[in-house]
Amino acid sequence: MSATAAEPWVGKPLKRKEDPRLIMGRARYIDDINVTGQLWASFVRSPEAHARIVSIDTAEAAAQPGVHAVYVGNDLDLEAPLPMAWVPPGVEVKNPPHWALAKDEVHHVGDPVALVIGSDRYAVVDAAQLVSVEYEPLPVVVDLEKAYEGGDLVHADLGTNQCHEWSLGGGDLEAGFNAAEVVVERRIVNHRTAGAAIEPRGVLADYRAGSLTLTSSTQVPHFLRLFLALQLGISEDRVRAIAPEVGGGFGSKLQIYGEEIALAWASRKLERPVKWVESRTEGMLATHHGRDQIAYAKIGATRDGKITAYHTKILQDLGAYLMLLTPTIPSLGAFVMSGVYDIPAVQTDIVGVFTNKMPTDAIRGAGRPEATHQIEMMIDQLADELGMDRLELRRKNFMTPESFPHETALGVVYDSGDYPKALDTLLEMADLDAIKAQAPAGKLRGVGYSTYTEICGLAPSRVTGPSGFGLQTGLWESAMVRVHITGAVTVYTGTSPHGQGLETTMAQIVAQRLGVDPQNVEVIHGDTGTGPQGLGTYGSRSTAVGGESVARATAKIVEKARQIVAHQLEASPEDIELIDGKFAVKGSPDKGMTIGEISGAAYIPENLPEGMEPGLEELAFYDPENFVFPFGAHGCVVEVDPDTGNVDVIKYAAVDDCGPAINPKIIDGQVHGGIVHAIGQALFERIHYDEDGQLVTGNFADYALPSAADVPSFDLDRTETPSPVNSLGVKGIGEAGTIAASPCITNAVIDALRPLGVTFINMPLGPQRVWEAIEEAKR
Amino acid sequence: MIPAEFDYVAPQSLDEALQALAQGGEDAKILAGGHSLIPLMKLRMSQPSLLVDLRQLQDLKSVNADNGQIRLGAMVTHHRVATGNFGLASAAAATIADQQVRNMGTIGGTLAHGDPASDMPAVLLALEGSVVIRGSSGEREVAANDLFEDFLTTAVGEGEILTEVRFPRLEGYGYGYEKFNRRQEDWAMVAVSALVKKAADGTCEDVRIGLTHMGSVPLRATAAEQALRGQPLTAESIASAASHAAEGTEPPADLNASQDYKRHLARVLTRRALTTASE
Amino acid sequence: MAGSVRVTMTVNGAQQSAEVEPRLLLVHFLRETLGLTGTHVGCDTSNCGACTVHLNGEAIKSCTLLAAQADGAEITTIEGMGQEGALHPLQEAFWEHHGLQCGYCTPGMIMASADLLERNPKPNEEEVREALAGNLCRCTGYHNIVKAVLAASEAS
Repeated sequence: MSATAAEPWVGKPLKRKEDPRLIMGRARYIDDINVTGQLWASFVRSPEAHARIVSIDTAEAAAQPGVHAVYVGNDLDLEAPLPMAWVPPGVEVKNPPHWALAKDEVHHVGDPVALVIGSDRYAVVDAAQLVSVEYEPLPVVVDLEKAYEGGDLVHADLGTNQCHEWSLGGGDLEAGFNAAEVVVERRIVNHRTAGAAIEPRGVLADYRAGSLTLTSSTQVPHFLRLFLALQLGISEDRVRAIAPEVGGGFGSKLQIYGEEIALAWASRKLERPVKWVESRTEGMLATHHGRDQIAYAKIGATRDGKITAYHTKILQDLGAYLMLLTPTIPSLGAFVMSGVYDIPAVQTDIVGVFTNKMPTDAIRGAGRPEATHQIEMMIDQLADELGMDRLELRRKNFMTPESFPHETALGVVYDSGDYPKALDTLLEMADLDAIKAQAPAGKLRGVGYSTYTEICGLAPSRVTGPSGFGLQTGLWESAMVRVHITGAVTVYTGTSPHGQGLETTMAQIVAQRLGVDPQNVEVIHGDTGTGPQGLGTYGSRSTAVGGESVARATAKIVEKARQIVAHQLEASPEDIELIDGKFAVKGSPDKGMTIGEISGAAYIPENLPEGMEPGLEELAFYDPENFVFPFGAHGCVVEVDPDTGNVDVIKYAAVDDCGPAINPKIIDGQVHGGIVHAIGQALFERIHYDEDGQLVTGNFADYALPSAADVPSFDLDRTETPSPVNSLGVKGIGEAGTIAASPCITNAVIDALRPLGVTFINMPLGPQRVWEAIEEAKR
Repeated sequence: MIPAEFDYVAPQSLDEALQALAQGGEDAKILAGGHSLIPLMKLRMSQPSLLVDLRQLQDLKSVNADNGQIRLGAMVTHHRVATGNFGLASAAAATIADQQVRNMGTIGGTLAHGDPASDMPAVLLALEGSVVIRGSSGEREVAANDLFEDFLTTAVGEGEILTEVRFPRLEGYGYGYEKFNRRQEDWAMVAVSALVKKAADGTCEDVRIGLTHMGSVPLRATAAEQALRGQPLTAESIASAASHAAEGTEPPADLNASQDYKRHLARVLTRRALTTASE
Repeated sequence: MAGSVRVTMTVNGAQQSAEVEPRLLLVHFLRETLGLTGTHVGCDTSNCGACTVHLNGEAIKSCTLLAAQADGAEITTIEGMGQEGALHPLQEAFWEHHGLQCGYCTPGMIMASADLLERNPKPNEEEVREALAGNLCRCTGYHNIVKAVLAASEAS
């Protein structure tokens, strides 16, 4: 198929380029990759939530046939504990050492204590069972609020369970609450969940002749290379990290895991490739969790519904250690704590608290679902207190479309938005009240709304970097675009997609600008050994930051192409533009060259402009000036069976705005998945530790991801408000559905239960909790 | 997750299977569909020394539904039960886990395992069915009422094989099956099987109610049955009878369902199952 | 040390035979002995369905089956469903309707869907959703998977 520039590739719902290998079972995920001479690893993990390691006897395991080595914590001579990337200026963050294998003490069930390496996948699991560890149990800290108050300690040498305090505020809070005629306070629980990508994590470490190649199911191969180099004391140029096909991440693979470091170390020690793939049970224990905070939120307003102040204090359950971004997560939400509302005084106070559980870290949305859940629930609670329609209250406090770019009381500048339009669009597409009114006998129906924004496109480095927010990294992205002599194009991106469809989205961006078919644009990612550097895929950054870097590299190609064409056609470069698939002279579209003809001239450089380098390949780095702020309005109807407490979502409609759509099909898919992720949290999923710190929900039988039979189809629409931040006008969409949906569901359940006297309820809204709320309201 | 090592045989006849079991001793286990056993083995909560796989025993895959009695070989899959038009048993089997599990899991396996959270034990109890158990010393028929002895403990002894499941077709009975779980593929939090025979005058001539996951074994809700028998089948009398459904039960509590909540569910589901069965 | 058993089965039309440990799971036989890595493992408890293949024409979870149990059987995996240029209608439909994102659950979803359409060629949405209750997906929210299965049903 020959493309023309008239073909507007951007905006088309193209089928994805990545799909053929996936639907034919031909993709190569980590567990599909094996190398000659490979050994297998199995980890021995603590069954105790908190204990001193008295002794470890590895002799019997080491004596098993086929076992090559058994290592314990003190065997691993690493340069440093596992990394944590946040050093906020002026804030003390207590960071207890966290080693790839625990050394003296274990701090959560699943903490690894030994590593068994052998020749057979099954036999290393058998041998790991023979490692005998003697533990001296220590007091176990599970309850977040109790841990915050003191008592037993997770890390005795810290003298406290409180890791850090961090605040973000703006405006005069005292004056705001003084001006309030109504104040509503709630304790809002956002419980612990798992990322639960269907592909378990896995690592293949291959150290040979002084160089390490490490393949891992990761979202961040470039960070991984850096930290492997630092941890193992290997020069960064001798380390190559590869993310193969990755079966979902949702933040859980945005991490530097001990298993990655331990396997690299063992491969170097044994001079053999070593592979490990977690079981699901292991993954539930030892892949980082998300959410898990309790917020004490307080909102003040005048009687006529003008919000005057909003304050929240958040206790964040960090788990036992700080991993890459553990303590930063609630802070990400603090930047948008006031949501889509123009509130003159806003303050968030966060306390990070250690407990004897797996560390929490980024899971889809990372802090922003929690913030949105809070404000959207508080709006409904306030409306109820005021006796005002909750949509009227929202409209009364929306930042107005004319006010953008809008600087909030927190000093955050929202790039663009039209919140009333999103809500109007939602109300036009679905008459939720009518559906509510049709409740069958014996059932209760409720309507919920969520009008949200989020902060993404991570990130402007001068804001997030060491002297600003305190992340010890830049958050730019880079891309390299190579036009081959045939006119085919290869794009190298530093992002590391794992389901987001960026091979297609980025091809569309490039194809549009070069006048080629996206089918002839290959996007390469996830390998530090090829192409430019990058920082990975998370924080809804891959199109807004990564895509923009692709657009900028492509723009450089276009600029060079115009010079070549102008030279060959004896015209001025300013007069060359893309017309019908050719770079042609304005007004004479027949006089022009395709990108293939131009690259031919560039690679057989007989007639290039004086001094021009041959070739047609460009690199661009892009660091955004600001974040981007997607937004939208979600609405749903739930049906509650008051006899059992069962909740069914029977209608869900959503309007999302991520700027101009590049591929609407992919955008819709991201929203669908995001919504179900949040429905999962609201109604089904829950990571639960018992009072002894044992994980009760340690597999997919107990950790209840919803299936197709448990959720509805969705009605989606979009508004398109361009962002001024990047040339594509785009905002992120990967996390939006998850950020918006949990308060939408929860508000709907409360709406359904109001006739029974239930006015507030916390997630997870499993049937027993709903039934108990009903029973309690009866008393 | 990978099972620990074991030996494996797939005998050609029932006698060979019994012989293999006898030789295997106390750690030998029977493998039917494997959908209870293999997950436990992968989690290493079960570590048999020998598996005797019954898959080659064609006799155990037969279905016979003549003369008002249904006889199902132990190796008949849940899918075949679900689609076999066996009334209550089919309705319940259709709710087991998911299609893939129903394609492999067997009625004999689930009954011999005797998990009080699984669907078929309480169904067999309500149907007042029985099972045939073969051992080296011969064959015996055990009534459902005597089959489930304790948590995961059935009358199928060491060295014995459950070969057949029998239950009456129960002409003239209406049935209802109400299962409550979080997700469609989950085990029942509580499930209720109800069978109701209506007399000519519209009263309840007979009623049987089976309770799933309301104790360490499947149960009959005898108090509720007694309350309804001989009564008119009105909404009021059904509700009144159902209010007795949880009497005397000590249901196992878990993270998602307390004892109180399960008792409440038993009452609600009994009312619903009886209502359906009485229509 | 346990002995080994010989298993022989027809996989995607070709006869395969190997001496295996009794405890070898069918999914590992397919993936590691035969190199058919399109069938995936996502959990330990028969919940996620990523390992779904067909055994004698019916969808089963190959992580909950010993290779030995499949002795003598006919197995079909995702690799046996369609080829480049000659995709199975379900593969076409999943592609057309964006019924996959990371792709990890996709082979299992397609195999479970094929089992449904074999039994019920014209399912409604509710039937599709129920038939897929044993297959978990974290990416798509199922909307487009359901759409794809319905579209494949229409197309055939």
